[in-house]
This record gives sequence, C-alpha cells and structure tokens, in this order.
Amino acid sequence: MRQTSLRLRAGIVSLGILLIFGLAWHLAVSGSGPTQQMDPEYAKLMGQTAVQGKSAMPGPLDVLVKIWSHLKEPFYDRGPNDKGIGIQLAYSIGRVLLGYGLAMLVALPLGFLIGMSPLMARALDPFIQIMKPVSPLAWMPLALYTIKDSSISSIFVIFICSLWPMLINTAFGVSSVRKEWLNVARTLEVGPFRRAFTVILPAAAPTIVTGMRISIGIAWLVIVAAEMLVGGTGIGYFVWNEWNNLSITNVITSILVIGLVGMILDQALARVARAVSFPE
Amino acid sequence: MSAKFISIEGITRRFQAPDGSQTTVFEDIWFAIARGEFVCMIGHSGCGKTTVLNILSGLDLPDDGAAIVDGKAIEGPSLDRAVIFQSHALLPWRTVLGNVAYAISSRWPKWSRSQVEEQARRFIDKVGLKGAEGKKPAQLSGGMKQRVGIARALSIEPKILLMDEPFSALDALTRGTLQDEVRRICLETGQTVFMITHDVDEAIYLADKIVLMTNGPEAMVAEIVENPLPKERDRNQIHRHPAFYAIRNHLIDFLVSRSKTFKSEIPADYDRRKPPVILPQNQPQPLPPSHEAGRKVA
Ligand SMILES: Nc1ncnc2c1ncn2[C@@H]1O[C@H](COP(=O)(O)OP(=O)(O)OP(=O)(O)O)[C@@H](O)[C@H]1O
Ligand SMILES: [Mg+2]
Repeated sequence: MRQTSLRLRAGIVSLGILLIFGLAWHLAVSGSGPTQQMDPEYAKLMGQTAVQGKSAMPGPLDVLVKIWSHLKEPFYDRGPNDKGIGIQLAYSIGRVLLGYGLAMLVALPLGFLIGMSPLMARALDPFIQIMKPVSPLAWMPLALYTIKDSSISSIFVIFICSLWPMLINTAFGVSSVRKEWLNVARTLEVGPFRRAFTVILPAAAPTIVTGMRISIGIAWLVIVAAEMLVGGTGIGYFVWNEWNNLSITNVITSILVIGLVGMILDQALARVARAVSFPE
Repeated sequence: MSAKFISIEGITRRFQAPDGSQTTVFEDIWFAIARGEFVCMIGHSGCGKTTVLNILSGLDLPDDGAAIVDGKAIEGPSLDRAVIFQSHALLPWRTVLGNVAYAISSRWPKWSRSQVEEQARRFIDKVGLKGAEGKKPAQLSGGMKQRVGIARALSIEPKILLMDEPFSALDALTRGTLQDEVRRICLETGQTVFMITHDVDEAIYLADKIVLMTNGPEAMVAEIVENPLPKERDRNQIHRHPAFYAIRNHLIDFLVSRSKTFKSEIPADYDRRKPPVILPQNQPQPLPPSHEAGRKVA
C-alpha cells in the first residue's frame, strides 16, 4: 500500500519534470529574438532562423514528429546514406551482441582458470592490469590494419571492451567462493567438473553477472563511438551522418533511442542477475 | 566388532605463521573409536578440536602420524565419513530438498531422479522437516538449517558421522530436541559418531566416551572418560542416576582447572599412546576434586 503510493507519487513527479522540461525547451527554441530586415531572397535562403528569430534548435514537438515518422517506417533502405533508424540500430545491436558473446566465450573460462589457480592469477595479472585501462578505441587502428574490415573491427573493439569487467569479475567470483561450500563438495567426493558447475558457478554467478552487466553498458557506450569512427552503418554512424546533414531532430531522436536500447540491455541483465542471486 | 574402527595414531598438526614461525596445535595424539560408538571431544577453544575433526574427515592432513579407518589410512575426504559442519554449510541457492538430494546423488550417481528424491524426502521427514522441502536455507531458522545439515549427512548412510559443535548456535529448547533426534537416529542405525562439543551436559547425554583435550598450543589428550550412564537414557531422568554428578563434576573440573595444569603435572605413568581411561563413580556431594574420584580401568 505504502509502496504503491510511493511509486505513484514518484511517477507523477517524473511526469511533472518531463512536462516542465518540455515546456522550457519549447519556449527556449520558439521564435523570440529580434527579426532582422533583409532582402526577401536572402531571407528565403537563410530560412526561418534568420527571419523570425527562430532557433535552429528543434523543439520537442519537432522531435516528436520525427520519432513518429521513424516509428512509422523504421526499416526503410534508400541507399548507403539513407537507412531507417531501425536498420541502423539492428546493425549496432548485432555488433554489440557478437563482440559481447565472443568476450563471454573467452572471459568466462579464462576467469574460471584465473580464479581457481593462484599461479595463473599472478602470471596473468600484469597483462590484465596494463590492458584494462586502455580505451577500447585505441585498438581501432590496429584492428583496421590487421582485420581490414570496418565492421569486424568494431566487433573486435566491443570484444575488447567487454572482456575486462567479465574477466575480472569471473576471476574474483570464482576465487572467493566460500571455503565451506567447497568443503561440502570435497566431503561428498564431487569431481572437478561437477564441482565447477554445481558449486563454483552458482556461488560465483552473482559476481559474474555483475561483471556482465558492467560489460554490456560499456559495450553500448563504445559502439556509438566506434561506428562514428569507422562509418558505414550503425546508430553511431547515423548520428554522425545526421550531424553532417545538420538534422538536429534526428540527432536528438538518436540520443533518445540509444538511451532506450541501453536501458533495455541493462534491464535484461538485471533480470538475469535477479535470477541467479541467492539470499544467504 | 573391532575395538579400533577408527584409530588416531600419533597425529601432529603444525601451522606456519606468516612470519615463518611454527605453532604446534597438538602433538602425538592417540585414541581409538569402536564401531557403533558415540565419542565426544571436549576441550577449550583453540585446542585443536576442529583440526582433529578435519583430519578425520580428510579435509586436512596431519603433519605426522595417521588417522586410520577400518585398517586404511585416511588420505582425503570420503563419502563414508559424513560431516555436519558447525556453520551448517548449506548451499544457499538450493532448496532443502536440493541440498539433501545433492549429497545423495553424489553418493549414488547412478540412481534415478525419483530414487534420489525419495531417499531425500525420507531423511527430511526423519529430522522433522516435512513440508519445508521447497524452502531455501535463507528462509529457515537456525535449528531448521542444522536439521537439513543432519539430514544431508545421514542421507548418504555414512559409516562414520563427524559433527563439529552442531548444536552450539541453537537455543536450549531446539538444541534439546535435536539432540534427542540425533541420538535416536544414531542408536537406530548403530552409527559410529565423533562429535565436538563445548557443552558438558550434551556430552554426558550423548556420548559413550568423552575425549578430554588439554589447552593448546601443543595440546594433548589428557584422558578418556567412559560414560557411566546406561546406553538407554532419558534426558529428564539422567540427573537422577547416581553417577551423573560424578561424571559431570569430573568434566567441569577438567575444563575449569585441569585442562590448564595437566601438562605441567603429567602423571608418571601417563602414556601418550594409551591415555588413561577413567570411569567416574557414584560419590557423595559435594564433591572432592573429582580427578581422584575417578577409578582407572585401563
Ligand atoms: N589454517 C590454519 N592456519 C593457521 N592456524 C590455524 C589454522 N587452522 C587452525 N589454526 C590454529 O590451530 C589452533 C586450533 O584450531 P581449531 O580450529 O582446531 O580449534 P578448536 O579447538 O576447534 O577451537 P573452537 O572450540 O574455538 O572451535 C588455533 O590456535 C588456530 O589458530
Ligand atoms: Mg572448532
């Protein structure tokens, strides 16, 4: 009862903030500046910005109209520079999932190894420590040079940036499994494989999934930058292309869409985290 | 029946401190447990009781000497020796049924799922947890968790049951009920049991023999006390037994003073390989220092 009313009140406040922000935005960009006298021909060229003092910044209504037009036709394809926002998003999501999946395939087994072997933990530590702080985009030239394919290069960059949080969390989770649970497995003569899957994995799962959640967040941040850099397709390229077209409405629309997709990815992993968590 | 089903033969355990110095927890300990016997170990905190139990379970190895079960030296953990951990050590992501079933399917990997479940339910019933099968450990009270640990240990039908202060974290009422249950089940199945406890009354109620450890470091087995009470005992009646106060006072006297002083006044005929076996006898109250009150039987 108390909780629902809190949720309701929070929702009302959120809506209020949204309305105030939208209104302020609308007022800020609608024509108010001094109108200059100029040659009608010139004014035509300059557009409303100059003649009515209207800001070049689109208002919230313009953005809403734009979003609606994208929603109506998200997957159109009219050549390399004019694809629907849905197609661009699909490219980006596809790259992220591929790079992220590959990172999982490497990070989880390697993390297990590091977590279970103090020798490997120490031996690999210097490499991890040096590689971890490198911006994933710094790998781009090297990737482009060796792979010679911009799309695969961005997948590689996603792979690299997703790798570290998953690797480090897996290793930490595995190495800090409670001794008493391992002892239970030992007294029951559980073999190494069964122990890995029935004791270590469930015990470390919450930590591992936390790492995966950090990774997907970083991957989604990085893909936009990577696609801006290499161009071609993807939501990052779309944003940059629309900036070059001076279509601020599209840029703002993209920002909203990027945020939305990032939220969905994060919520999906939050769901996984809830599924593997256990109260002690 | 072998008088030495379990035989602890001269075990020593040393731990290395980070600064390189060594501490000897205990040295050259000898005692034996017969098949079907319920043996308790009493001693002050830090004297090495858990270490002895870990060696018996195979989770730890002695630096010297050997622990021998059924003629074979213990080299590692075995399903023949079930452990009830002090901290219950349940897997929190599994249900009550899942925790017990995990042990059973480890014991009999070829059993079908329904066979495993049936056995699990049987032992969950036995410890009085019917209805809680689907609960996770976090939803259980301390006593219920300990019960799951007991069901898990008993369900694999071990030859030896090892218990490390299984009831010390429980309130008196729950402790009493669980003691009754464990005693009943162990008697029914003729279970060989080694149990660590701090509680003198618990030892008197449950044990056939009580091993007394002196204070650590370099702890030793001071003596082995035979319980003069008959095997058939009733928790509410044992204090009426003529020898009850004899053994109780003997044990308390040991914990209060002799556990400290024993090492400085070792009796001349003391033999590490055969610690004296004492059978406390009836005596008038109040008691004299009960050390002399005991009669040596071996
Ligand atoms: N892994 C270890 N490394 C170093 N020292 C240890 C280790 N395990 C135990 N010890 C030391 O060995 C001694 C005996 O420990 P143990 O846990 O066997 O005592 P205990 O008799 O079970 O005590 P309590 O009644 O408090 O449980 C202690 O002094 C402890 O510090
Ligand atoms: Mg202990």
